Order: sequence, then structure tokens, then C-alpha cells
Amino acid sequence: MDVRHGIRAEGLVKRFGRTTALDGVDLAVRPGTVLGLLGPNGAGKTTAVRIFATLLRPDAGRVEVAGHDVVRSADQVRALIGLTGQYAAVDQDLTGVENLMLIARLLDLRRADARRRADELLGRFGLADVAGRVVKTYSGGMRRRLDLAASLVNRPEVLFLDEPTTGLDPRSRGEVWQLVRAMVADGTTVLLTTQYLDEADRLADEIVVLDRGKVVAAGSPAELKAKVGGRTLDIRATEPTDLPAVAALVEASVGVAPVPHPDDPGLLSVPVPDADALPTVVRALHDGGIPVTELALRLASLDEVFLALTGHGTGEES
Amino acid sequence: MATVASVPSTSSGSPLRRRRPARTLRHAGILAGRAILKIRRDPQQLIDVTLSPIIFVTMFVLLFGGAISGGATDGGDRRDYLLFVLPGIMAQAIVLASMGTGINLATDITRGIFDRFRSLPIARSSPLTGLILGDVVRQLVALAVVILYGVLLGFRFRTGVLAVLAGCGLIMLFSFALGWIWAYLGLLVRSPQGVQGTVFLVAFPLTFASNIFVPAGTLPGWLQGWVAVNPVSQLADTARGLMVGGPVAGALWPTLAWIAGIVLVFGPLAVLRYRRST
Ligand SMILES: Nc1ncnc2c1ncn2[C@@H]1O[C@H](COP(=O)(O)OP(=O)(O)OP(=O)(O)O)[C@@H](O)[C@H]1O
Ligand SMILES: [Mg+2]
Repeated sequence: MDVRHGIRAEGLVKRFGRTTALDGVDLAVRPGTVLGLLGPNGAGKTTAVRIFATLLRPDAGRVEVAGHDVVRSADQVRALIGLTGQYAAVDQDLTGVENLMLIARLLDLRRADARRRADELLGRFGLADVAGRVVKTYSGGMRRRLDLAASLVNRPEVLFLDEPTTGLDPRSRGEVWQLVRAMVADGTTVLLTTQYLDEADRLADEIVVLDRGKVVAAGSPAELKAKVGGRTLDIRATEPTDLPAVAALVEASVGVAPVPHPDDPGLLSVPVPDADALPTVVRALHDGGIPVTELALRLASLDEVFLALTGHGTGEES
Repeated sequence: MATVASVPSTSSGSPLRRRRPARTLRHAGILAGRAILKIRRDPQQLIDVTLSPIIFVTMFVLLFGGAISGGATDGGDRRDYLLFVLPGIMAQAIVLASMGTGINLATDITRGIFDRFRSLPIARSSPLTGLILGDVVRQLVALAVVILYGVLLGFRFRTGVLAVLAGCGLIMLFSFALGWIWAYLGLLVRSPQGVQGTVFLVAFPLTFASNIFVPAGTLPGWLQGWVAVNPVSQLADTARGLMVGGPVAGALWPTLAWIAGIVLVFGPLAVLRYRRST
């Protein structure tokens, strides 16, 4: 027998009229791990999540979630998953406890058990104080946490989180991350989509990068960083007027033109194949007599990997 | 320990749905309870279903009643017209109150709550049935307001308690059937404002181009054809018979046929649409 997967998709295709939202996507998530699904706007992340959560039917391909086919055994899948969509799906006119009890009752818990489960989750998500308040009066972060709690009522084996921290302040983001880690520690399989690369970097065991409905890269965060560009050399000239001269010298020694950092134009970055580039550049700068205040070799950030893979952003420069 | 694992996770077909109609019904009841919770929390929601019947009764009985009654009853007075029009206005109030179902559904869709329900292991029909049943409270309020205000103005039931209850029951049954049309439109149009407009397009010819306010015989010929088959005319005729006396059977069977027909056509259409909806 194969190892049972938390989620497995093969040749997944979904079209909306003329748009091909998913164009042959393959991915697999081992039970008890986190997969980060990354991609620019319109890449197909939400579409994939909705198919995995039985809300959409694929046009082609197979998907198994927790061992069941999402089309043929949709009800079995539904019993085993939790879904937190891109926008909070709670009833604004009900209180927090009413929202969770409604779901628990639909999952066939008796009233007293439903109440207990709701209270337990509200406590765990720091919502006990506002449990009796109408959701309309909640802050965005509270609403998100309630939404997350609502997708955990059935103790899911597999949890889907579509941009769970978009629009949250840093503290609330940190809280969501902790909750996700706690779920994973309990053995839950998690698939999360995100626009934040640091989020994927911190939470995900594996990352799949989607672009225009296709998988353009997959692997652990470290593998992806090593795969693209390998390392990056950062150089800052002491005199800003020296920047063009520095750029020319660096290009002559490593063969690639450096680009200014988007938030910090005084800092030049250039991808280099290996650590040997460092002494070469140091020697060239020394011979050219140009003083620099900063010269550092580092692993490429996930942002740079992402931009390199999807070709959006850095490609247009120079 | 109580867990939610009471849902069997073994494979082999999808036994949950077929084997347990009671479970499906219970889920619909739980979801209908949601609407009742909301009314308890915010009773202002009932303002529209309370005011619009009052406006209609006032308008037709006090304002137009004198003028219309000349044609409505042989030299009759306003009170005769009240007896004629009130059962019809009950039907109209329920039809108008039931439109809320489509708007609520579209609101739930845009707010993502329907996706939450669709991702639960419950029958596909439960959320729709729940929504339609949940609106019954609003409709009962509308019905009660029409009756109370009518009685205040001099309306009296002229049949037995059972016949009156049967009349009210039939009106509610009709609105349950209409609920499936509104639900289907809600799933089709999806934006609450869009649904509001579309639903009126259906509800207006149903209620105004009917024999609720004037007997069909007073209308131009081309309109009489529609008014004669209009289910709301049939319903109003039946309700009049059951509440103030007169023939019942002639209009009762067409009304029941309409109810069955609407549920049989729009029920499956709505559930299918709900299942497919993206
Ligand atoms: N219901 C729909 N009808 C038509 N087109 C759709 C529908 N849902 C998605 N699409 C299209 O499919 C493509 C993928 O959309 P999707 O929402 O999956 O992207 P995403 O990666 O989640 O983007 P974002 O980061 O903006 O949330 C887009 O081109 C989108 O316009
Ligand atoms: Mg999305």
C-alpha cells in the first residue's frame, strides 16, 4: 500500500469559461505537515482550495483528501476537513457562541455537547470575553479567529486556510501562526495559501508555487532558496555617487548586473552562483579604489525566489 | 468523551443522505432556528413585514375601498369590500414577505456563510429548506398583522375555526412553495440588490394582476386570461371561500396543483443549482 496522503492531487484542471484557473496541478501533502501554496493574484490558489474542500468540481484530474475522493465521496471528505475561506464566513448577526453552536449542532452534537465544544474553542481562541457579543461588533482579527474556530469544530484531519492572516496586524498574525502550529502538533494536515512569503517560510514544511494555474516550483523553503539564484551579494557604496561605478565593477567581475533594492536604492543586490564571488568582488572594488560600507553574502530570500520563479517584478528592470 | 465522530467516516457510497431523512429534516430545523435567533436579537427586522400589510389594507380598504366597492359588490358598502379583499391581502402579504428568502440567501452567499454550510457533511437541501422555513416566522407575523388590522376595521370571519385555519395553512403552504422560486433566483442572481429587483418582477404580476383587489370580471379581456390562471387568484378565491364563505373546491384543487408544481419544479432546480454553484 502507498503511504496515505493528507491531500493528493493529480492532473487537476479547472476552467471558468475561457479562463483556465488550474492547468494540470499535481501536489501531495504528507499527513501532519503544512503545505504552503504560494502564488500571485489570480494564480489559482483559491480555486484549488475550493476543489479540495468539495465546494467546486474539477473539470479533470483526481483529488483525494484524507483518503477519500473529493467528487465521489464528498460527504466523507466534508466530515474530515475544516475550511477557513479567504473571507470570514461567520454570521454577523449572531453571537460568537451562537455561530459555533450552530455548526456543532449541524455536526450532530447534542445541545449540551455543542455548548461545551463552543466554549472550549472560544476559550482557546481568546474569545471567551466576547462570546456573547454579536459578531458585527468584533474586530477583524476577532472575526478571523472565530472563523478559524468554526472550521475546527469537527476536529478536522485536514485543514484548509485560504490567506488566513491577510488584513491582520502583526500580533494577530503571530497568534494565528501559533494556533496553526498547535494544530499541526496534534497531527492535523494543513494546506495554507498566502501572499506573505515569510508566513510560508515560517509555517510550511513544503511550498508549492503556482503561477497562472501551473506549478512552477515545489520543495522545502530551504530547497527553493537554494534552487533559485543560490546566494545574493549585497553591496552598499560609502558615497552614493559611486553607485554606477560599483555596479559596473560588479557586473564585470560576476557577469550579472546588480539591481538596486526596491526599498533602499543605495543597496545593490546581485545573484551569484557560489561563495567564490565574494573575494573576486572585494578585489575588484579594492583595485578600483571604491570604498564600500556594506558587503555581504546571504541566501536568497523567499521573496527573491518567488519573483525569480514567477517572473513578476524584478524581470522588468535593467 | 463526546466528539463529532458520530458522522461515519467509512467509505462505500454516500449512505448519510439516503438513509436519514430525519437527520436532513433536523438540520433544516436547526438552520431555521438561526432565522428565529436573529429576529429575537433584532426585532426591527419585522418592521417591513408589519408595515407593508398595514399600508396595503389602509390603501385599499380606506382609500380606494369606497370607489372600488361600487363595482365589487352590488351597491355594497366598504365593509363588504373588506370581506372581499382581506383574505386576498393576507395572501399578498405572505407573497411579499416570502421574497425575503431570496434576498437572505443572496446575502448569505456574498458573505460566504453558504460556503461554510456547503463544506459541512449535511444534505444539500438542508440549508435551503432551513432558510425557507426560517422565514415562516416573518410571514406569520405579516398574516397576524393583516388579520388584526382587518378585524379592527370591521372584518369578521364567517366560517368555522377549522376552515379559517385551513385557509391560513394553505396560504403558508403556498409561501413555502414560492420560497423555492426565491431561493432559485437567489442562487442565480447572487447579489442581494439584484435579487431584490428580480424578485419584484415576479411578485408584482403575481399579486397585482390577480383577483385580490377586484373581481376578474371587471378587468380588460387580455388581462382576464392571466388573472384566471394566476395561482395567487386561485389562492385568494380559496382563502375567501374558507374564511368568509362561498365555493371552495373549484379554486382549491388548482391552488394545490400550483403548490405541488412549483415545489416539484423549483425545488430540484434550486438544489441542483446550489450543488453546482461556484
Ligand atoms: N467563479 C469564477 N468565475 C470565473 N472566473 C473565476 C472564478 N473563480 C476564479 N476565477 C478566475 O480563475 C483564476 C484563478 O482565481 P483564484 O481566485 O483561484 O486565484 P487566487 O490565486 O486565489 O488569487 P488571489 O491571490 O487574488 O486570491 C482567476 O483568473 C479568476 O479570475
Ligand atoms: Mg484567492
